[in-house]
Amino acid sequence: MDPIKVIEIKKSVFADNDQDAALLRKELKGKGVYLLNLMSSPGSGKTTTLIKTIGLLKDSLRIAVMEADIDSDVDAVKIREATGIRSIQLHTGGMCHLDAEMTRQGLDNVDMENLDLVILENVGNLVCPAEFDTGAVCNAMILSVPEGDDKPLKYPLMFSVCDMVVINKMDVLPYFDFDLDKCKKYIRLRNPKAQVIPVCAKTGEGVDVFAAWLLEQVKSWKQQ
Amino acid sequence: MHELGIVFYIIRDVKQAAGENGVTKVNAVVMNIGEVSTVVPEYLTDCWRWAADKEDLLRGSELKVNVTPAVSWCEDCHQEYPTVQYGKTCPFCASEHTFLRRGNEVEIKEIEVPND
Repeated sequence: MDPIKVIEIKKSVFADNDQDAALLRKELKGKGVYLLNLMSSPGSGKTTTLIKTIGLLKDSLRIAVMEADIDSDVDAVKIREATGIRSIQLHTGGMCHLDAEMTRQGLDNVDMENLDLVILENVGNLVCPAEFDTGAVCNAMILSVPEGDDKPLKYPLMFSVCDMVVINKMDVLPYFDFDLDKCKKYIRLRNPKAQVIPVCAKTGEGVDVFAAWLLEQVKSWKQQ
Repeated sequence: MHELGIVFYIIRDVKQAAGENGVTKVNAVVMNIGEVSTVVPEYLTDCWRWAADKEDLLRGSELKVNVTPAVSWCEDCHQEYPTVQYGKTCPFCASEHTFLRRGNEVEIKEIEVPND
């Protein structure tokens, strides 16, 4: 008798997460809460962009923010102090990304009945968060000028899962070899549907365009 | 860098499969890892050693990795080509209208258990 028996499993490691995410998306639809999953590298200006965006939208939409980080609550505190909206901090316990189950646990801590929009600020990382569906209605990312225009080539999955790419820190463009047209071309190679909005979160330039896009997204999704 | 998180997913699924099959000891777990799955097999097996040894079911078990080739499909000339070598551009007709057909899978193929 063979000392080893083989049991066939044939299961994708991501199958359960994909299922959880689909279920969460359905529940969010039922409650009329739009979940935006915002991703980027560390230091691209996610929190600053969010503060400016929320400032423009908080009279039109009821918004909450979930901050995901490996440790600390600096981002959640910063958002709360700057905008006055509800913000909670999630700790990933050393993990480099959030999955659908962690997202659901976070949502259990916000009052979903009185919200239109929840923005999930994912862990700063261009690799892992792209792999895991969080259950969000839409994935967006922020790329900043100092990171370079070649990032869509180096991190193809991130750019193929995002339908909105915000290019931040446009004010420092003269000091870097960043070619905006080239970057747009690389982004569209990965995702022909992706929209690109250049902004400067520090001065607020272009943030109104992003805020208007988000408002329209939430409104049309609610009417669907 | 997300290999440890993936190892936790594998452990969860293997525990479930073991429970369903009445298995109390696993000798090896065999994975199919796509060439462009962004999972590094060496990191995965390193993380496996650390995490699996904390579980009675999996202590000392081996994680075997089959790397599966990445293949893209060209929508314009209807041919397959190896993704890693040619990337997004079809080597036959230079089209960019191509997409990945396989090679990004992270799949538990089977588990090996004592036959008793």
